[in-house]
Amino acid sequence: MAFRNYILVCGGTACESSRADQIYQNLLEECKAQGVADEVQVVKTGCFGFCEQGPIVKILPEDSFYVKVKPEDAKELISEHVIKGREVTRLLYDKESSRKHAKVEDIKFYQKQFRIVLRNCGFIDPENIDEYIAREGYQALEKALFEMTSEDIIEELKTAGLRGRGGAGFPTWMKWNFSRQVANDTKYVVCNADEGDPGAYMDRSTLEGDPHSVLEAMTICGKTIGAHRGFIYIRAEYPLAIHRLEIAMKQAREYGLLGENILGSGFDFDIEIRLGAGAFVCGEETALLQSLEGKRGMPQPRPPFPAVKGLWGKPTVINNVETWANIPVIITKGGNWFNKIGTADSKGTKVFALTGKIRNSGLVEVPMGTTLREIIYDIGGGIAHDKKFKAVQTGGPSGGVITDESLDTPIDFGSLIRIGSMMGSGGMIVMDEDDCIVDVAKFYLNFSVDESCGKCAPCRIGGRSLCNILEKITVGNGTLQDLDTLESIGEAMKKGSLCALGQTTPNPVLSSIKHFKEEYLAHIVDKSCPSGTCKKLITYSINAEKCIGCTACARKCPVAAISGERKQVHIIDQSICIKCGVCMETCKFGAVEIH
Amino acid sequence: MAKMTLEELRKLRDQKQGEMQKRDIEGKDSRIVIGMGTCGIAAGAKPVLDAFLAALEEKHIDNVSVTQTGCMGLCYVEPTIEVIVPGMPDVIYGKVDAATARKIVEQHIIGKQLVTDHMFDRPAADIIKKDGGK
Repeated sequence: MAFRNYILVCGGTACESSRADQIYQNLLEECKAQGVADEVQVVKTGCFGFCEQGPIVKILPEDSFYVKVKPEDAKELISEHVIKGREVTRLLYDKESSRKHAKVEDIKFYQKQFRIVLRNCGFIDPENIDEYIAREGYQALEKALFEMTSEDIIEELKTAGLRGRGGAGFPTWMKWNFSRQVANDTKYVVCNADEGDPGAYMDRSTLEGDPHSVLEAMTICGKTIGAHRGFIYIRAEYPLAIHRLEIAMKQAREYGLLGENILGSGFDFDIEIRLGAGAFVCGEETALLQSLEGKRGMPQPRPPFPAVKGLWGKPTVINNVETWANIPVIITKGGNWFNKIGTADSKGTKVFALTGKIRNSGLVEVPMGTTLREIIYDIGGGIAHDKKFKAVQTGGPSGGVITDESLDTPIDFGSLIRIGSMMGSGGMIVMDEDDCIVDVAKFYLNFSVDESCGKCAPCRIGGRSLCNILEKITVGNGTLQDLDTLESIGEAMKKGSLCALGQTTPNPVLSSIKHFKEEYLAHIVDKSCPSGTCKKLITYSINAEKCIGCTACARKCPVAAISGERKQVHIIDQSICIKCGVCMETCKFGAVEIH
Repeated sequence: MAKMTLEELRKLRDQKQGEMQKRDIEGKDSRIVIGMGTCGIAAGAKPVLDAFLAALEEKHIDNVSVTQTGCMGLCYVEPTIEVIVPGMPDVIYGKVDAATARKIVEQHIIGKQLVTDHMFDRPAADIIKKDGGK
């Protein structure tokens, strides 16, 4: 027998500590006391994300979202909501605040996320075309083929205000229009699925969860610009995404949605998959096109832009996965619908891969204009293990760090550049107080240096030099002069590099020097690493007052650097210690200290 | 199926839409949908799928279809699954392992009760359904 109401009490750690358990108990008791125990099930759930508004109670099927609930509210929730069917208004979440960036009707008021790109991910079986079709799939293609002219489609994209989601944010309608206007018998449509930023997996998840949306969008583009062949350039490291794309293409061909004479319209279009070998620079569009032609993936000077002269010298529209996934919705629901979401500068939503020291890591899609604070605290649930927030890196190795003073900036293409980072493709890595900013900058620099194609000197030599200096600083040999050198090399790379990879490589260094200069100075002047990350700058020692001589650390030490008798104070031999930190993890008495 | 014309596509869409709304896919009225993106699979979604199939067979339940879907976005609680049973709210469960899968079959599918401690919220409304998925 199913219940009439389900009362969900958030059982996440943050809500637990604010007495969610007592609320749960009180609700159970009130159900009994008021005689509805048989009609209501009270359940503890996982974290809702809105930890700052906790404890949270949600009642189904009405979907009422109550915040900051106290144990003594249980009585009223049962007597008013459950028995009389009236929502307890004073506890409801404020409906207005989350509608700021998405002025459309169909948004749940308490949710900060809004899913256009990921609309089908988690709903449909990606290997079954029928489920995509049932959810308005290929309806945009119908419109594009039978009801709209090429000019209409471009006008719709212009109204929508869609900008490229690969990072640069170039208006999509302009790209398409350039290609459309060039007279040429052969044109191409390319999907850039060469997602390579550390910590980014938005495109992989989109292709794995909803491959048809990209196929449909590319076909619409083909019709708009007059192209009959498309390529999806995807990294070979994404086997499941490739597998599902292949299934989707096969099913679409069988249904006559891809191939010759699509839906009897007389229009031909087909798509092929090309596998990338994993070079990060091939995510740069001109390098990608070189690689597609079978050449070594190296960026080319622009202009000419690919839209005019791209693959094999032909006009080529190249967009990234997320941009493509927006297109069918814009055509189906109209540019004016899309236009209502986001900010003046950036329309629609953005998908972020929220990772790092965050409680609820995940794939997050929010309207443009949502603040970083909302993403990190309302969606991500705040910093894991109650540590202190330090910074967030957006744009991966091409972006910069953003500190708490900028957390309330509404994110869009322009605002992120103004605060010294960039949108990038959507990686968002959260750091806490245990992360060393110099070490993080070194990590990104190492990545970019490895991935530099070597064609132009500023990137090839500049990146290596930055890396060497950072290494020097983290081992305690840095000088104050090094800080100036880092900045001057960085500025030169920004101006002199051929492509975005070299131009953005110095960003993690420059932005971290700007925001965390004192941490660089600690490494250089005091020869210390405040977060205890840089091994050469730290020593482990045992506090004689706390050590009880249990021998646990000595037994775990991999290099036998710890000596001491049972029930006697232990000592670490600094000449042997490799600073792995195992002793600190092992000690139950907090006797191992870091300096 | 052979290549379709515009009319055939529209007909197919209407038919499939109806099936999905009635949730009557091949005579089965309940569904278990398992998140099988790379993330879900890495976190153990495949043994969970096996556990569901085994538990349904063991209990002789034949009105439940088990299907897969992509990433729901809740990386921190993978593997994630959705359970759709008529007369009950659609529920997303996270941190599901084989034991939880059996519990979901016994308690949710058979007992029509929600399973405590594993419920999570779908992160956004559905823009395709006219009512926002409410």
